Amino acid sequence: MAGNEKKPFLLEFEKPLAELQERIERIRELAEESSVDISSQIRQLETKYVQLRDEIFSSLTPAQRLQLARHPRRPSTLDYIQAICDEWIELHGDRRGKDDPALVGGVGKLAGIPVVLLGHQKGRDTKDNVARNFGMAAPGGYRKAMRLMEHANRFGMPIISFIDTPGAWAGLEAEELGQGEAIAYNLREMFRLDVPIICTVIGEGGSGGALGIGVSDRLMMFEHAVYYVASPEACASILWKDAVKSVPASAQAAEALRINSQAAEALKITAKDLKNLGILDQILPEPLGGAHADSIRAAEVLKDAILKNLQQLQLLPSAELRSLRYDKFRQMGIFTEG
Amino acid sequence: MPQLGSLFDWFADRQKTSPSIQQQQEREIADGLWTKCEDCNAIAYTKDLIANQMVCLECGHHKRVSCHERISQLIDDDTWIPLDEQLQPSDPLKFRDRKAYSDRLRETQRKTGLTDAVVTGMGKIEGSPIALGVMDFRFMGGSMGSVVGEKLTRAIEYATANRIAVAIVCASGGARMQEGMLSLMQMAKISGALERHREAQLLYLPILTHPTTGGVIASFAMLGDIILAEPKATIGFAGRRVIEQTLREKLPDDFQTSEYLLKKGFVDKIVPRTQLKHTVAQLVRLHQTVGS
Repeated sequence: MAGNEKKPFLLEFEKPLAELQERIERIRELAEESSVDISSQIRQLETKYVQLRDEIFSSLTPAQRLQLARHPRRPSTLDYIQAICDEWIELHGDRRGKDDPALVGGVGKLAGIPVVLLGHQKGRDTKDNVARNFGMAAPGGYRKAMRLMEHANRFGMPIISFIDTPGAWAGLEAEELGQGEAIAYNLREMFRLDVPIICTVIGEGGSGGALGIGVSDRLMMFEHAVYYVASPEACASILWKDAVKSVPASAQAAEALRINSQAAEALKITAKDLKNLGILDQILPEPLGGAHADSIRAAEVLKDAILKNLQQLQLLPSAELRSLRYDKFRQMGIFTEG
Repeated sequence: MPQLGSLFDWFADRQKTSPSIQQQQEREIADGLWTKCEDCNAIAYTKDLIANQMVCLECGHHKRVSCHERISQLIDDDTWIPLDEQLQPSDPLKFRDRKAYSDRLRETQRKTGLTDAVVTGMGKIEGSPIALGVMDFRFMGGSMGSVVGEKLTRAIEYATANRIAVAIVCASGGARMQEGMLSLMQMAKISGALERHREAQLLYLPILTHPTTGGVIASFAMLGDIILAEPKATIGFAGRRVIEQTLREKLPDDFQTSEYLLKKGFVDKIVPRTQLKHTVAQLVRLHQTVGS
């Protein structure tokens, strides 16, 4: 079955759309063979398709957005960098003995402006994902990012960072090399940088592993991207522990799904939630069907937003830029003071 | 011999009615007169244990202490001035797992007498002024939400403005899930305040106690000019079980302990609690001329 290779990966809620599209195709083929004019029926079905798509994508649950954010065909950091840059050279290594393939970066030109770009890199397929460690960066990745940001600072280049990780790598070697220290160091040093930092969550923002390159003057998120303190799965297994075991074995898979989606809802992980909490500056609209449905359009939206923010930020003297960055994070947090 | 028989009866009777030494000890442990070491099971007179700062006199095990005990261990008598005690946690996400976060907060506050998982203030340590934050593991595992982040940030800002050193006694499982992303952002907020404190050439000393993990290790716990740790504390980024699951092999026994971090170069010195005050004071004194 040669056609099978091209068959796109479909999420559960994408399936009705794919089915409808397939039906339209079949009718069109049939019409050509029999030379009967059914263009009005096709038009009707196409209208229905658009309606259904709008309906599905305007009422996505947090758990469905999480699936979209992790969609294997969702554009990655390197996809966006290649799409938005006039030119670009990837640079390697943390100068401490590591070059982490899960966190990439380099120098490039964005609408004529020299910039440093960096971000987590997920794989496109299983083999690629194993090589990229599913976008879970090790200490060497965070140190490479910092080295590149220091480079940007030295040459006065703005920093454009992209977040797309399930979280920082949790492994023996990562602990040995100081995963905590590597992230902590970036958090502090990013406040010291004199150049503008624009950060965009393009897919999945997994906790400290995301924040490790996420201290910025502007934080943007794609419409269906998510950013969380703990993955809904991890949160569910800690706060709803034993809940799955309490139901019969045959119902456990469904119960796990239900609890995970409950955790996704409770954690407030969507762009809209984070805007309401005063954490996010800007939501980037995605093409209908998600960024993977039209990655060229998604890249245009991204480039446009980066350039607009850059224009504003480049006007600020570095002392003011740093001071505003401090104030931006300083006001985060909700408590009462009676 | 009837007499011998009654003697046996008397012993048997006595064993039934009077508590065994073990039972008696357990009752006295419950009364708080005696305390049993969780590590070596040695039983110590509680008064002696308190005098030894809750460090087992037999094996040196460091028993968990509350933030208030910690402050009295570290700060000179009658010099402690608490800061920002009025800050109260709220429930911005209306978070609910099997229990509502707001109920969990109220319950924990009642049980611990604390408002949240950190107490901050300023005082003197062997005569030198210091701003101090002490986390308390009893309050939801010392987890960091908005209040922990805000109080630590204010204490650091206070220290920067008054040109004094900061120490933070860490004891935390990491960011507090119930406040979602607001908790994660506290990591950045505190790190930003530490950057300004550092820029002012002032000394910052995190003191890592059992346990210091997750978002706390990935922010202020690892940002010290000098990093101290109590013996045998668990210190690490990811949970041991998570790593074991991904690796499918057993980890070294001393993995993620103070001693392991010292060996790997991430901790400057392991300091027993009984010497902690003196060591911190000594370090503060050694750096006093610098930058001031």
